[in-house]
Amino acid sequence: MPDQDAAPSANPLAVPSKIPIRITVNGVERELTLAPWTTLLDALRDHLDLTGTKKGCDHGQCGACTILVDGRRINSCLTLAVMTDGASVTTVEGLAKDGTLHPVQQAFIDHDAFQCGYCTSGQICSAVGLMAEGKAHSADDIRELMSGNICRCGAYPNIVAAIEQAMGQS
Amino acid sequence: MINFEYSRAGDVADAVRQIAADPHAKFIAGGTNLIDLMKYEIERPARLIDISRLPLTKVEETASGGLRIGALVPNSDLAYHPLIAERYPLIGSAILAGASQQLRNMASTGGNLLQRTRCHYFYDVATPCNKREPGSGCSAIAGVNRMHAILGTSEACIATHPSDMCVALAALEAKVHVAGPGGERVIAFEDFHRLPGDTPQRDTILEANEIITAIELPPRGFATNYTYIKIRDRLSYAFALISVAAALELDGDRIGEARLALGGVAHKPWRDKGAEAALRGRPATGATFKDAADVLLRGAKGYGHNDFKIELARRAIVRALTQAAHGTPQSQANKKIL
Repeated sequence: MPDQDAAPSANPLAVPSKIPIRITVNGVERELTLAPWTTLLDALRDHLDLTGTKKGCDHGQCGACTILVDGRRINSCLTLAVMTDGASVTTVEGLAKDGTLHPVQQAFIDHDAFQCGYCTSGQICSAVGLMAEGKAHSADDIRELMSGNICRCGAYPNIVAAIEQAMGQS
Repeated sequence: MINFEYSRAGDVADAVRQIAADPHAKFIAGGTNLIDLMKYEIERPARLIDISRLPLTKVEETASGGLRIGALVPNSDLAYHPLIAERYPLIGSAILAGASQQLRNMASTGGNLLQRTRCHYFYDVATPCNKREPGSGCSAIAGVNRMHAILGTSEACIATHPSDMCVALAALEAKVHVAGPGGERVIAFEDFHRLPGDTPQRDTILEANEIITAIELPPRGFATNYTYIKIRDRLSYAFALISVAAALELDGDRIGEARLALGGVAHKPWRDKGAEAALRGRPATGATFKDAADVLLRGAKGYGHNDFKIELARRAIVRALTQAAHGTPQSQANKKIL
């Protein structure tokens, strides 16, 4: 571990330069110039006004910020936006196609798989990622592989039922 | 998070050059532990060197019949890799017992080794912690220490290493391939992580200017008689109170080779060769397993709230060895422990 009391090698008062990146968000190419410490979550919410992705704990423990990067579900709160330069990002805003909800979104409505809704966009993106992984074959598997998404309202049985429905359709 | 500079490494040599040139820099790959710690300003690098694009993502068979795992293979890809599933299922099982699928998708193989040994006082910057601030004292020893270590502790630190994957790698005698300014070196897994002693600020023997390039597995995979049991306060997505990696080779009812490593009990993944010796050549029975547990726990020490972990470890070891001997590994989906 570096000696935290020593002065950094660079001038500590100088603000590090911003970095230009290009990412594809929900099929649209976006150019951003961001400070290195901007998380992908903050880039989406504060720089692209895509507020469907939620900030819950901001420490990778709750899953509310789950999105898909190059098709894989990740915690956007623990991802630096500059590290995703060139990536393709899908948020909850990008799941519906031509006015038709994604099967997972429809299943969440059909099964009333939420109460307050704050965790829901993360739950849905996580479930879409889970289905793409193809490793869940039972309700036990779904529960285990969705354990990174916390629902404070406790809608878990309905969330599992919704995902089972969506898996049955795919 | 404090402000920091950001740069990308073009190749391994460039990564080593960049970090050697800046003592306040850190590498970042998956970032799942580092960024979390930076948000609490526990880690405060002046520069992050992004190594996530280096070509260290292959899983390859070695000439000796083992496996070489690139340091940047994501934890989730490794857990489900066909060669792991076929020859080293203990590793896949251990990985799937840890974190969440989102974190496993982000976290790298090398980064898993380098996540900090930690406890809640390490995270609480309002309290003394020798690991965070050397010399400030340990808040856990006389504090709330339910999660803390029972083996290999010191007066300076009783935190535990939280990795599940590393417990399996310890049991399987993995090797850590490292590159630095002086070239490459290979570190035996048991030497890689440190006990706290009076320098708990150091978790591993890796130098600040070195980078992990690969993990090598020896040919022996114990694919038939193995298990990974993780006991925790909730059924998923929680650190271990106790975890046990057990791997056996059986000759009829007798134990040939044996491996036994524990997580959640020490500052490092805790493998005990004495306990393994107590298994070799003996019948695979509960009495043998109890003897091995006694050997492993002979120096165990509780700190109050975690006293129960000694008996819990004893029972978990016997259960794990029983599962391994029966060839009925623990399911990481259905958590019922049989």
